[in-house]
Amino acid sequence: MRYLPHTEHDRRSMLAAIGAASVDDLYRDVPVAARLEDHVDLPAHQGELAVERTIAALAAKNRPAGSMASFLGAGAYRHHVPASVDHLIQRGEFLTSYTPYQPEVTQGTLQMLFEFQTQVALISGMDVANASMYDGATAAAEAVMMANRITKRTKSILSGGLHPHYREVIETYGRWSGFSAKAAMPDAAGVEDLAGQIDADTSCVVVQNPSVFGHVRDHAALAAAAQKAGALLIVVVTEAVSLGLLKPPGEMGADIFVGEGQSIGNALNFGGPYVGLFATRDKYVRQMPGRLTGETVDADGRRGWVLTLSTREQHIRREKATSNICTNSGLCALAFCIHLSLLGEDGFTRLAEINHAHAVQLAEKLGGVKGISVVNDSFFNEFALTLPEPASPLVERLVGKGVLAGVPAARLWPDKPDLANHLIVAATETNTEADMDLFARALAEVL
Amino acid sequence: MAEIRFSKEHEWIRLEGDTGTVGITDYAQSQLGDVVFVEVPEVGRKIAKGAQAAVVESVKAASEVYSPVAGEVTAANAALADNPGLVNSAAMGEGWFFKIKLADKGELDELMDEAAYKAYIAGLG
Amino acid sequence: MDKSQGRIAREDAAPTAEIATASGHRGLQMEEKLIFEQGEPGRTGVDLPDLPKVADRLNGLKRQRAIGLPGLSEPQVVRHFTRLSQKNYAIDSGLYPLGSCTMKHNPRLNEKMARLPGLADIHPLQPVSTVQGALELMDQLAHWLKTLTGMPAVALTPGAGAHGEFCGMIAIRAALDAKGQQARKRVLVPESAHGTNPATAAACGFTVDAIPADDRGRVDVAAFKAKLGPDVAAIMLTNPNTCGLFEPDIVEIARALHEAGGYFYCDGANFNAIAGRVRPADLGIDAMHINLHKTFSTPHGGGGPGSGPVVFSEALAPYVPLPYVVHDKGGFRLVETKEGKVEPFGRLKAFHGQMGMFVRALTYMLSHGADGIRQASEDAVLNANYLLARLRDVMTPAFDGPCMHECLFDDAFLKDSGVSTLDFAKALIDEGFHPMTMYFPLVVHGALLIEPTESETKASLDEFVTSLRSLASRARQGEAAAFHAAPRLTPRRRLDETRAARQPVLRWKPTSTTRQAAE
Repeated sequence: MRYLPHTEHDRRSMLAAIGAASVDDLYRDVPVAARLEDHVDLPAHQGELAVERTIAALAAKNRPAGSMASFLGAGAYRHHVPASVDHLIQRGEFLTSYTPYQPEVTQGTLQMLFEFQTQVALISGMDVANASMYDGATAAAEAVMMANRITKRTKSILSGGLHPHYREVIETYGRWSGFSAKAAMPDAAGVEDLAGQIDADTSCVVVQNPSVFGHVRDHAALAAAAQKAGALLIVVVTEAVSLGLLKPPGEMGADIFVGEGQSIGNALNFGGPYVGLFATRDKYVRQMPGRLTGETVDADGRRGWVLTLSTREQHIRREKATSNICTNSGLCALAFCIHLSLLGEDGFTRLAEINHAHAVQLAEKLGGVKGISVVNDSFFNEFALTLPEPASPLVERLVGKGVLAGVPAARLWPDKPDLANHLIVAATETNTEADMDLFARALAEVL
Repeated sequence: MAEIRFSKEHEWIRLEGDTGTVGITDYAQSQLGDVVFVEVPEVGRKIAKGAQAAVVESVKAASEVYSPVAGEVTAANAALADNPGLVNSAAMGEGWFFKIKLADKGELDELMDEAAYKAYIAGLG
Repeated sequence: MDKSQGRIAREDAAPTAEIATASGHRGLQMEEKLIFEQGEPGRTGVDLPDLPKVADRLNGLKRQRAIGLPGLSEPQVVRHFTRLSQKNYAIDSGLYPLGSCTMKHNPRLNEKMARLPGLADIHPLQPVSTVQGALELMDQLAHWLKTLTGMPAVALTPGAGAHGEFCGMIAIRAALDAKGQQARKRVLVPESAHGTNPATAAACGFTVDAIPADDRGRVDVAAFKAKLGPDVAAIMLTNPNTCGLFEPDIVEIARALHEAGGYFYCDGANFNAIAGRVRPADLGIDAMHINLHKTFSTPHGGGGPGSGPVVFSEALAPYVPLPYVVHDKGGFRLVETKEGKVEPFGRLKAFHGQMGMFVRALTYMLSHGADGIRQASEDAVLNANYLLARLRDVMTPAFDGPCMHECLFDDAFLKDSGVSTLDFAKALIDEGFHPMTMYFPLVVHGALLIEPTESETKASLDEFVTSLRSLASRARQGEAAAFHAAPRLTPRRRLDETRAARQPVLRWKPTSTTRQAAE
């Protein structure tokens, strides 16, 4: 078997060195009734050729977004990742290395994470970032828990523009960890005003910018209102590319920024693995969950990096840890770091400009289709449409015309019939004008 | 003369009048390693005997510091913010954590004196 | 005749540490600055499509200030990250004996399969009719996990092991609450447990009650039974435990716990010892997370991403999180709202779980098959016992008897040498090995926990043994100073972690000279 190097000769010689008659002797502590005499009922081992056929057959039953005109967003975005990224992350020294607990032999990972932390702080306009979380939604839940620790309060307010999956994750954490989260009604029109709901019991207000419906707003006034009441403002960004063009959360007065970094360096991958971004102000750094990389010197006085402020983490504080997190999303953070290094200031801003411009073009074309109206005044690369009939069956029919037409609001809010005719549509640099014309034409045909 | 007493959790308290200065012992700091951060209690806070008063963090460990007596915090050592290493270099003096106005001086009798504490840590091995 | 045979005369050879170079590089060991120290304005590594001219719709919120990202070309970026990678130890470079991490070989077929466009280029919210293959793959993975563990249900969404623990413990809380047993709040956790266990229990609102180990390194069953009571919610047990030992009384522990009304959570980090040889269901567990990045070879990636699916018993099966895959007449479906008899406790993550890791894990499972998985477990246990046998006369095993897939030593063999477990590990780095897990589990003094995995050849293990025996001998011979100075042959010597924590520098910042230059 290609992954198991031992021959029978090896095994016999090792058993002799151990002084055991067979490997069964080494399992002697297993209760007799629990010992499996034979293999479990699953297929036997297979060579690469056979395995490839099986997996490829499963892959062939899916329609890749790239094979169609795809306009899907709502928390995951199809961007072009330069070829170098995937080559570099597959270098064995990155792919098969572990968490850098022995810094002398993992300076590659540590230096990269330091660069990643810097990149996240820069694009979000915040003071300090961590070395990544599982994804944007769990990062948002951890941000709420951090706000609770800082304010010693337990009531959070969630914007109606927050992605429903993020809201659900926060609510789940709250329900079982003992804090409350009050969610506003879905804000399809982008007009909600949360300031009036903040009181002396509020721990934090969580908003998303651009919102899940695509609206772009300045939350500086909301930040001031929150801070006046002793609460924190948490700003969520699910489309990291938007930070190339928009006023960042740090400049709006956010106390904590959380984001989904998938758009930079990482493929769609049917929803995971992704990479959560987390940043805050200097004064809150000791309350931040997750791993942190810090600069220091070695015994010869040369600059190097180590994991630091670890005493917040589970392996030391145990039941008093700031969170139970063990892993970050290392390889996805690496991909993010490499892609953003390739883009640089000019490339990142231009990429964001192209995304916005494509969305503006798309909004114009779709708005011109009879019966369709574009809800948003403002957006980055994603906006909401209202259709004259329910969006879900329409989207299904558009598949037949080669179009992945966006996310029906009913998919994200199945219990809100008043959103049934809403469709959330995204455009990125990967969409051509021909794609957009196809979408508009197909839409006109099926209506 | 200031009397000093010790708790089983390796805190010391030195009494002057009604107020005690509290820190961790030299033994404790040597067990912790290099101290990197200290979280001291707020002035004005009322603490019960044995309740958690502060947190001391080294690179590899974080420990709770408990108040050996009940009372009200009258001061916290601001020098530890910029120089947490004082806990290592001067655990029994400049590395103090907080001062507390005792609610009941009688509680000092429940603590060990210097000789008893020395014997106690010798027994810990 | 030239008798030197090409060898350099010894008189010309200076000690390597004293050789200076103008560049700061030392042969293939490169010094590499941060990207922020190498960028130039106007440089980029990406050529982008044309920018259409449109009137913006940004609500006046266009960014006014520069971000401050450096500009680099593609060759610079490739060189930068290549140089960084060369400073990392990895499984691909050598034995990685970290206990309970299962640093086995990461097959490259996994990477190829995960990158098939039909699996990598699908959006999580595409109409379900267009991703039937993805859902079928998740269903197949679920089938393998359920069959290997003997459990009837599985939740695939947790993003990593600790997330899986959270999932399992919430399900237990939900099941207890559904029976009106809110008063059950106490969770029993062995002292030897991984830190995520008590952290997770506390995060779910439980109180943690530590169970002592006996002198054989197992759960003290009498002490455990004495702690049972009407307020006990669960036990969190790792099996084999963090000392690398199978808990022989586990069936009795499960029986007593169930009789007392509690649930059995099993930390599956050490599943690699028993996969294919023992089914956790037969031991009486109610929930167990599986680390796909340990037992099932998905790559560690320098710290993640992981994947921590959780298998459940019938009792806990109704309390899974959303979403989950079902297979009915219409094909495969993703259930994202409450339906049927399921009482979902909520959602743990956006979207549907770590699909990229599901593909890799299933590829591994299909490659190994039921027979290969069983053989891998046996070889893992064989390898650890081989190390134990070859080291027990020079290092001090913490417990008597054979181990499972990892062997545990304490620091008694270093007593009076002036060499700590830490020093010993740092000296091992100079020998070309990543150190074993140190100072864990906490129940053993100066612990050294070694897990070789089934991927190592006998020759590789022998080489490791040679180095360890040499180090043990040198420590006893009073070479403490050399150990304190280790490592000396690495790109960086020991790093000042105290300074990093006292004066945290957590990002690069432009100095005033670079700021002026930019203006």
